[in-house]
Amino acid sequence: MRFRLASWQRAAMISFGLTLILVAWTTGARAQEATPAANAPGERKAVGQTISILLARELQDRLPPLSLLDQPPKDDGLGGALLAIDDNNTTGKFLKQEFKLLVVENKDPAALIADVVAKVDQGIGFIVADMSPVTLLKLADAIAGKPAVIFNASAPDDRLRNEDCRANLKHTAPSRAMLADALGQYLAVKQWNKWLLVVGSTPEDKLYAQAIQRTAKRFNHKIVGELEFKYEVGSRRADGGYEQIQLQIPSFLQKAPSHDLVVVADEGELFGDYFPYRTWEARPVVGTAGLFATSWHPAVELWGGTQFQNRFKRLNNRNMRPLDYNVWMAVRSVGEAATRKRSGDPRELIAYMLTPEFELAAFKGRKLTYRNWNGQLRQPIFVTTDKLHVTVSPQPQFLHQFSELDTLGYDRPESACKAFEK
Amino acid sequence: MRPLSILFGGTLAATLLTLAPAPAGAYKVFVSNEKENTVSVIDSEALKVVHTIKTGARPRGIILSRDSKWLLVCASDDNRVEVYDTTTYEPVKNLPSGPDPELFVFHPSGNPLYVANEDDNLVTVVDVQTNQVVTEIPVGVEPEGMGISPDGKVLVNTSETTNMAHFIDTKTHEIVDNVLVDTRPRVAEFTHDGSQVWVSSEIGGTVTIIDTATRKPLGKIKFEIQGVTPDAIQPVGIRITKDQKLAFVALGPSNRVAIVDAKTFKVEKYVLVGQRVWQLALTPDDKQLFTTNGTSNDVTVIDVVRQRAIKSITVGRYPWGVVVAPH
Repeated sequence: MRFRLASWQRAAMISFGLTLILVAWTTGARAQEATPAANAPGERKAVGQTISILLARELQDRLPPLSLLDQPPKDDGLGGALLAIDDNNTTGKFLKQEFKLLVVENKDPAALIADVVAKVDQGIGFIVADMSPVTLLKLADAIAGKPAVIFNASAPDDRLRNEDCRANLKHTAPSRAMLADALGQYLAVKQWNKWLLVVGSTPEDKLYAQAIQRTAKRFNHKIVGELEFKYEVGSRRADGGYEQIQLQIPSFLQKAPSHDLVVVADEGELFGDYFPYRTWEARPVVGTAGLFATSWHPAVELWGGTQFQNRFKRLNNRNMRPLDYNVWMAVRSVGEAATRKRSGDPRELIAYMLTPEFELAAFKGRKLTYRNWNGQLRQPIFVTTDKLHVTVSPQPQFLHQFSELDTLGYDRPESACKAFEK
Repeated sequence: MRPLSILFGGTLAATLLTLAPAPAGAYKVFVSNEKENTVSVIDSEALKVVHTIKTGARPRGIILSRDSKWLLVCASDDNRVEVYDTTTYEPVKNLPSGPDPELFVFHPSGNPLYVANEDDNLVTVVDVQTNQVVTEIPVGVEPEGMGISPDGKVLVNTSETTNMAHFIDTKTHEIVDNVLVDTRPRVAEFTHDGSQVWVSSEIGGTVTIIDTATRKPLGKIKFEIQGVTPDAIQPVGIRITKDQKLAFVALGPSNRVAIVDAKTFKVEKYVLVGQRVWQLALTPDDKQLFTTNGTSNDVTVIDVVRQRAIKSITVGRYPWGVVVAPH
């Protein structure tokens, strides 16, 4: 199973219609359940702070993934928000702080933005966004100057952290550059340096390929050839399609120059999983299929992860996916800041999150902090197969003057972000 | 008799021999091996493994009954506490523990047992004579560290994701106070006189010393090791000598144990041990310290007087907890 895509990229191609209304209704009902019912010992009856967090989801039609196992659940991301609200409230009950989750979702970006702006005008200061980069930027500009911050939990686009960064936009989702660097560092340790790059035809595939090219240069790998995979992808459900694929992939790779690895750039999961075990040469496949980089994997048990995974499964009756984890980190960031500052004031908490004192414990074996030059959350990245992690980057061989985590993605001297300069 | 090598200096040795509660031979050191489902038994004189006990799934927290006749092991994945005879190593019985027990502590009177249920945000109180759960106390997210004051009145539990030390009244089973500490608190350890609780914060990288009476922090220890990245300094296990002169703090993946002046809270020395050191145990005479080194599958023995590591002993896979029996 793979878990890389955001829900806005995934919702099925079939027209939504009534089902969409139903989803909105059920998620709304669940969101209400997320408010605490706890009446624990130690809780004192007193007027406290209520801190509301808004999860905003842009629903977008996408082709289904190749594997039936990769079908995204309807509550992708929402599951992480519900768990984080529970975690915040368990802590909050000792400090008279109550956290509430609100959810808005829409297929229409303009309507979604209008909904969020209305909520911000009612005083909501924390928005967790699962949106396309275009919608995200429009939203950031629509609430510019208001006491609110957006956590980008899904869009990996590097431009959102560089030239198109916004002062009111933080990122718990790792960028494509961070993901590519995490993979590239491990391949450098392995000295698997000759890469054959296979790129799909979507704009996202091209962006992923650009990140891979940047990583290759950074860590001294060589891209020996680049091929565009232009075949029309067939129906996943067509009977007997494997006979053709089994011939198609090797012939596609037959004339490629000598390489150690095939790097696949297929963010839409439309053909990447056809490559492992079907290549012309006996070579591993990495990139968006085979060995891939991700912020979370449901098999991770490192650093207390077992309890975290169990809590998630008990609450949501499914595995935790990267989008859930990214949303969890965003909601927990608000909780952690509110706990430390004993405050629910958005302006105070937003400022605190950019200070060196803020630290988030997120089952990655070390504290996570936000880069104060572009709002990106620093984090170790899993390099994993579908079933189990192979390693966690940064690799110990890659050193850094300030934080080893800054060996992943655009570091301060390379950043094109100006919005955080005072 | 204690090994002569530790008792250098004739008069000192003579004094210690008369003052010590005359242990009949070596101590037994019990080490839980998380990924092997075993407990290794080490002879503290021979410094080698003399027996291996098969346990339930994922043994972590490990303690002794007050009379040291029982060895109690948290079999986390089997959701129970297992009891073994410390002489025959045979299983005695299982105790109910609530789900996913990780660390626990006995009331100084020998009963009840307080268990942290990491998966369920609870502290479970178990009567070990009747095998009954007395009550469950809701605490923060991922309760772990458990410390009890020597007079048995105050129980302190730390919750890893809530980042608090919860002070619990053992009479009423109510939380009386919550002290916010740095991120991911793992262990709570009382000083021998009960006046202070030391709480380690694994991700925060600090140890907070809390005054038991006022619940106000008295100080915070930060660690700095030349050539080691600050992120790798992750305090977990804490032990304090009975005379309250020295404290030992296991520093996780920095592979060091800090020796701290327990009066001034200043770090005196870092001792290099095995990899990912988590839990610690002192011998009853406070002369030897045993450390569990998870990643290197061994236990380091530190000579407390000389403040040096004297031996590594290979145990099972992922050694987690350690306890020393006075016989």
